[in-house]
Amino acid sequence: MLTLTCPCCGVAAEETELAPGGEAHLKRFGPGASDEDFEGYLFARKNPKGVHFERWRHAMGCGKWFLAARCTATLEVFGTYKAQSPEPPPEIIAAIKARRPDWKGYS
Amino acid sequence: MSTRLATGGRLIDRSKPLSFTFDGRSLGGFAGDTLAAALLANDQMLIGRSFKYHRPRGILASGVEEPNALVGLGQGPRFEPDQRTTTTELFAGAATVSQNAWPNLDLDIGALNNLAYRFLPAGFYYKTFMFPRFAWKHLFEPVVRLSAGIGRVPKDRDADRYEQAYDFTDVLVVGGGVAGLAAALAAAKGGQRVLVLEQTAHWGGRAPVDGIAINGMPADAWVAETVASLAALPNVTLRRRTMAAGVYDHGYVVAQEAVADHLPGADLPRHRLWRIRAGRIIAATGAIERPLAFAGNDIPGVMLASAARDYVVNWAVSPGDRTVIVTNNDDAYRTALALHDAGLVVPAILDARAKAAGELPALARARGIRVLEGRGIARVKGGKRVKAVEVCAQAGEGAVLETIACDCVAMSGGFSPVVHLYSQPGGKLVWDAANGMFTPDPARAPTGADGKPFVTCAGAASGALQAADALADAHAAGGGEAAQAPRAEAAAEAPMQPVWMMPQGAPAKLRFKMWLDFQNDVKVSDVQLAAREGYESVEHTKRYTTLGMASDQGKMSNINGLAILSDALGQPIPATGTTTFRPPYAPISFGAIAAEARGEIFQPLRRTPMHDWHAAAGAHWEPVGLWRRPYCYPRGGESHSQAVNREVTNTRQNLGLLDASTLGKILVKGPDAGRFLDMLYTGVMSSLPVGKCRYGLMCSENGFLIDDGVVVRLADDAWLCHTTSGGADRIHAHMEDWLQCEWWDWQVYTANLTEQFAQVAVVGPNARKLLERLGGIDVSKEALPFMAFTEGTLAGIPARIFRISFSGELSYEVAIPASHGLAFWKACLAAGADLGLMPYGTEALHVMRAEKGFIMIGDETDGTVIPQDLGLGWAISKKMPDYLGKRAQERSHMTNPERWKLVGLETLDGSVLPDGVLAPAPGANPNGQRATQGRVTSTYFSPTLGCGIAMGLVRRGPERIGEVLEFVAAGKSIPARICDQVFYDKSGEKQNV
Repeated sequence: MLTLTCPCCGVAAEETELAPGGEAHLKRFGPGASDEDFEGYLFARKNPKGVHFERWRHAMGCGKWFLAARCTATLEVFGTYKAQSPEPPPEIIAAIKARRPDWKGYS
Repeated sequence: MSTRLATGGRLIDRSKPLSFTFDGRSLGGFAGDTLAAALLANDQMLIGRSFKYHRPRGILASGVEEPNALVGLGQGPRFEPDQRTTTTELFAGAATVSQNAWPNLDLDIGALNNLAYRFLPAGFYYKTFMFPRFAWKHLFEPVVRLSAGIGRVPKDRDADRYEQAYDFTDVLVVGGGVAGLAAALAAAKGGQRVLVLEQTAHWGGRAPVDGIAINGMPADAWVAETVASLAALPNVTLRRRTMAAGVYDHGYVVAQEAVADHLPGADLPRHRLWRIRAGRIIAATGAIERPLAFAGNDIPGVMLASAARDYVVNWAVSPGDRTVIVTNNDDAYRTALALHDAGLVVPAILDARAKAAGELPALARARGIRVLEGRGIARVKGGKRVKAVEVCAQAGEGAVLETIACDCVAMSGGFSPVVHLYSQPGGKLVWDAANGMFTPDPARAPTGADGKPFVTCAGAASGALQAADALADAHAAGGGEAAQAPRAEAAAEAPMQPVWMMPQGAPAKLRFKMWLDFQNDVKVSDVQLAAREGYESVEHTKRYTTLGMASDQGKMSNINGLAILSDALGQPIPATGTTTFRPPYAPISFGAIAAEARGEIFQPLRRTPMHDWHAAAGAHWEPVGLWRRPYCYPRGGESHSQAVNREVTNTRQNLGLLDASTLGKILVKGPDAGRFLDMLYTGVMSSLPVGKCRYGLMCSENGFLIDDGVVVRLADDAWLCHTTSGGADRIHAHMEDWLQCEWWDWQVYTANLTEQFAQVAVVGPNARKLLERLGGIDVSKEALPFMAFTEGTLAGIPARIFRISFSGELSYEVAIPASHGLAFWKACLAAGADLGLMPYGTEALHVMRAEKGFIMIGDETDGTVIPQDLGLGWAISKKMPDYLGKRAQERSHMTNPERWKLVGLETLDGSVLPDGVLAPAPGANPNGQRATQGRVTSTYFSPTLGCGIAMGLVRRGPERIGEVLEFVAAGKSIPARICDQVFYDKSGEKQNV
């Protein structure tokens, strides 16, 4: 059972306090988008074995959404950051690179 | 026979005799006994029967690994099956019964299976019950069910209580043996918070039984001294009778404390489930002895050498008068010494190794015990009890060299470290060929949130089987300096020699009688058969043969079984690998898992402010989410359907009152609130004038309808969104998700006010008269037209009135502060008595909305329905450039004219269609199933029309009005005509007065 630190209220929250929200940093496609773009937005998920970025909500706590960078294979947590981030911030990227030198970077 | 010795027994208190029963027979024991020890002391070696062959089963072990000696314990609401006698502490009046035997333990009919063993091999069920297919349901399954399972399921509700508790620690030490204590002491001196768990009632583990000295004193004395120093430290917590069952991600540990198993009648919870977060875990969980695979190794009287020693030293119980020791290592000689020193006879030690020249064999020889080198057991003679062993050469094929009379055999096949807690969260193992065991690989330990290892094995659990090594290893694991490690003195042991089958060239006749899994009756021959049939993976072999699937979960059988499998496959043991270690380490009780979450507090019950009034009025309840809502209010001898019909008719003719407080009420406020709601709903909400209401639909990004409700414009910057009763929390979360994660620069606040307001629907031709009598707000047609909103003081209570209708009648929904809910409800009842006012429940609400053709989320929708399917195009804006679900609804599948769409359905004979039934279509679908063209989504008897009415989704439905469809229910065909879904007051004049 994971523990993730909520960047909004600072609580190290147990998984039972959190609600998962799937992959982070999705770009929304609406009316006018091509079938391919819309399909990718709605259904195509990365599901990597390794470094991954996820949405979590501190549902049984402050109620805020936040994002987490995590290794899906070892469950190592590289950091959590605010949901209002279009892409992973530099300090999170640095934390991942420090632990996973072979990581190709966020794309 | 087995009996109580006149002296000794380090764990028993002879001044406290206790009586208990086994299969109705009264027996005696002492405080400090385990059930197994007390049964043995009464010469009760036969405890139960095995699962498949109903073979006699005795006590094999002395701890948590015991596969055989399980009993039903307790009576009535405290009865529990499969209680392990080796870990259950004896208490006065314990009532135990044997299991899996009928009519009784000594004479068991099921034992006939034993004669048919050649016809019940591995995979018997898979091979036999495949064909013909119909026979499984009608013939095989009923018979198999009768013989399935061990133990009887309790019939009564559990009379005991259980609880859960949380704990947090820097270092968790699992195991209170000498290694665990040494690790805990070292860790505690560093100042960290330390929690030590010991599964038994006693500290010290095996060391005191093995006669080891630590720091120059006997192990018992060192243990007492160390426990005392630990107890004195403020940063250390010690818990006995607490078994760590599972280690999970990020240092989460589940442990069960047996609080009152040994104190029946005490006012205490029986078990406590600990949910622990540990920074680091030291698994000082020891090692478990392995049996040897020789013919007849399952006959009662054959037990582990370490267990035989435990019974003598701990409980002064002799497992037999004459005990033959059979071993492949030096440790079993300690059993020979213990038995001999207690005055018992050890006729011989059969050592499978070619030479037994160590310090321990020398001590045995010095006591005059016969040591036979290179020897093994060809066969054990006996039925319900060992009578003799036939000795053979380990290197041969089982030719009998001599027969030795005995009533007990103490066997040792070496030790397996208990690596469960290390392996559960993903720690990897390496094979130690010299000692024939898997040990933790420190380079591949399980890692935590910080990427660093968080479980370390210490002592015997890490493979350090010798006392001196174990203590040094555990001290280091606790962070201590090498120079300060406790020093153990014990006889040096010579290397063991792995023996997986005895004798090594045993013919089939012997292999058929060599047990690996004692409870499930898996033998060497079964694993070899599985290998011949192509089961190469150890995981598949486990499931095919049921090896390791008994309630000891392979603690006794796994290593021997995979060694046999590896041999049969001609590959080294590490190439075969182990099965996956999964929690729990040993069974924990369902009671502890459920704890207080049972009965009324299984889940919270949400009550409206008028709940108690409904209950007093005799409401029949309907659960709606966590709410309870009145389904109807039966009067006199009315049936529920009679009550519903009366409530509908009265509301349509006079006046009805509905508690609508459960309706979701979410306030959306801020400069960008209108823009936000335009994205959330399919219709425009930003253009709604202040004081007006509008029906709205919400869809997911997938285009599917997720909720509906009336939106009210309260002020320039504030809207009140009504949601379905079950949907308030979900829709509020949906709003917050989009606000926080997509449109985070929009200035909008949301607040879920569902429980802040009570809401009452005043419905029927007399509705306006009632509100006028209550007084305070002008509710005339001109002042408050249909779909308008006003607020003021009604009957002296601050109120908001929405003129909306879910029934088709003149209707007002009145929202008042929750604290005034009951007062307002009562004021309505008092003022409306002569207007024919009656409360109505949810079923009347459903009937009336169906008569009007209104949809209900969850009835007409199921997560695959878009608003366009329901004829709700009028509530979808054509002008808005975007809303959630808009792009999805443009997909070709969503615009396909073949989609199933909402229509009304009326049976030709006026009967009520069954709910959910399908209308078949000619041909088959791509899966080869019968094609369908429609289904019923809502169906009721309409008291207004005097016949059945229904709605359904039908392929191209609205184009087929007038057509008759055949619905099929229970093989019967029911014809129903497709019609308009609005059955009552199509022009809407009743609500618009």
